[in-house]
Amino acid sequence: MILLPCPWCGPRDAGEFGYVGEIGVRPDPEAATTEQWRDYLYFRQNVAGWTRERWYHRMGCRRYLAVQRHTLTNEVRSASQHAGQGDDS
Amino acid sequence: MADLTGRGQRRAARYSAVALLRHGIGGGAWPRAWRTHEPKRSYQVVIVGGGVHGLATAYYLARNHGITDVAVLDKGYLGGGGSGRNTAIIRSNYLTPEGVRFYDRSLGMYERLAAELNYNVMFSRRGHLTLAHSDASLRTMRWRAEVNKLSGVDSDIADPDEVKRLVPFLDTSAGARYPILGALYHPPGGIIRHDAVVWGYARAADSLGVHLHQDTEVTGIDVVGGRVSGVRTNRGPIATGTVINCTAGWSTLVSALAGVRMPVQTFPLQAAVTEPVKPFLHTVVVSGTLHVYVSQTDRGELVFGASVDPFASYSTRGSLEFIEGLAGHVLELMPSLAQLRLLRQWAGLCDMTPDFAPIMGSTGVDGFLVDVGWGTYGFKAGPVAGEAMAECVATGRTPEIIAAFGLDRFEEGRLVAEKGAAAVGH
Repeated sequence: MILLPCPWCGPRDAGEFGYVGEIGVRPDPEAATTEQWRDYLYFRQNVAGWTRERWYHRMGCRRYLAVQRHTLTNEVRSASQHAGQGDDS
Repeated sequence: MADLTGRGQRRAARYSAVALLRHGIGGGAWPRAWRTHEPKRSYQVVIVGGGVHGLATAYYLARNHGITDVAVLDKGYLGGGGSGRNTAIIRSNYLTPEGVRFYDRSLGMYERLAAELNYNVMFSRRGHLTLAHSDASLRTMRWRAEVNKLSGVDSDIADPDEVKRLVPFLDTSAGARYPILGALYHPPGGIIRHDAVVWGYARAADSLGVHLHQDTEVTGIDVVGGRVSGVRTNRGPIATGTVINCTAGWSTLVSALAGVRMPVQTFPLQAAVTEPVKPFLHTVVVSGTLHVYVSQTDRGELVFGASVDPFASYSTRGSLEFIEGLAGHVLELMPSLAQLRLLRQWAGLCDMTPDFAPIMGSTGVDGFLVDVGWGTYGFKAGPVAGEAMAECVATGRTPEIIAAFGLDRFEEGRLVAEKGAAAVGH
C-alpha cells in the first residue's frame, strides 16, 4: 500500500483517497478550438515516470490535493494544497 | 548461442498424430517453432509489439494479402505483455451493435484457430454467466441480451434456478450480501490457452516468411515530411514505410515516438490463480458488482480476474489489498472455496480509452497506424484485430468492421459507449 501525505491530515492510506487524474489546464470555453477541447477532454500525457496529479481525500478532510508520483514505482515525492488548474508549481 | 542467420534452421514441421508418434518413438529434438534472424536493413512493414495483436496482424498480412516482408519487434519476449497476463476469457455479448459484431467475428475465428494454425490453442467453449445482483443490472442484462439476439449472438437471461443448475457452488440464497437475481447467459463464451494463441500465430507467421525479433526495442520512429521513413532500435535502424503500433501498456509512449498523441491512460489490472483442484466449475462466472470473474483452467486452477486498479500506473507489482478484496468477493459468490489456497498473483497493463473501445487504423502521420487502447478486452479481439489491421495496411482503406474505432472519433465526438459491457465495475 502506498501512503499519500495529505497536507492537512498527514500520511494516510491511499485507499482513503479518490484518484482524479493528471493536472491539466482547462481552456477558455468561449475561445477554445475543437482541437483544444478534444485535447482537454480526452488526451493525456500518461507519463511513465514522475507525474503531477490531483487526488481527493474522500474519507478524510474531503479536500483536493496535488501529488507528485512516479508511475513506474508508485513512489510519492510530495503533496501540496494547491490542486487548482495548473497553478501549483 | 542461437544461430541468427536463419540459415540451417528448418521451418516448423506440421504437427500431427503421426509426427507425435514418430517423435515419441524416435526421440530427438522437435524443430524450433520459429526461427531467429539478424534484423534486415529494411522491411515493407514493421510491427511494434509481439503479442497476439502484433503476431496476428503479421500472420494475416502474409496469409490474406501475400505481404511477407514483415518484421515483428518486441522489447522483451513474445507474449510477455498483455497476451501473457490476461485471464483468457472469450465472449461476444457486448452492448453496442458495432462491439457485438466485432467480437463475434473474433470468437468465430478463435473457434477455428487450432485447425487453421495447426496448433492446439485449447479453446474450451463452456458458457459465460454475467450475474445480476440488482434490478438495474438485470435491466442492463436484458438490454444486452436483446442487442445480442438482434446480431445473431446466442445470449439470454437465466433465472436464479438455472444459474444454480449451471453452477451449483454459487450462493444463490436470498440472504446473500449480494443476492443473485439472474444472469446473462452466453453459451458460446469460453476460455482458451492464451500462450498457445501467441505461439501458434508466431509459428504460422514465421513459416510464411515473417521475421520475429525478440529483445528488440524501438527507441525512435523517423518521420520525414509527415511520412514514416523508418524505426530506430537497440539493434540498429530499420527503414520502412509502414509502422503499426500493436503495444499494450506502452501505446502512449510508442505513439509519442512518431509525434502522435493518444487519449489513453494506463492502469494495472491484477489477477490471481489458485492451486489446482478437480474440475467442478464448467462455466465462466462474472460479477460486475463484486468486480470479479472466475473460471477453471483445464489444469484445474481457478483463475480470478478483477477490474483495473483505482489509479493509473505502469507498475506490475501485485498488492495485498487487492488480493484481500478479491478473496472476499470470491467467497461471497462461492463460500465453499474458503479452504482453497492462492498460488500467485500478477498484474498486466491496460490502456484505457474514454469510451472503453479500442483505437484502430490511421493517425495523423502517414504510414503510422495504431491498434491500441485495448483496455481490459484486447486478448479476446486478437484475431479480428489482426485481420482488420492487415486489410488496413494492404488496401490503404479502413475496413468497415473497425470504422467506428478510429482515432478521429474523439475530435468528432463519435464515441462508442461500450462502458456498460466492456469490463467489470468501471
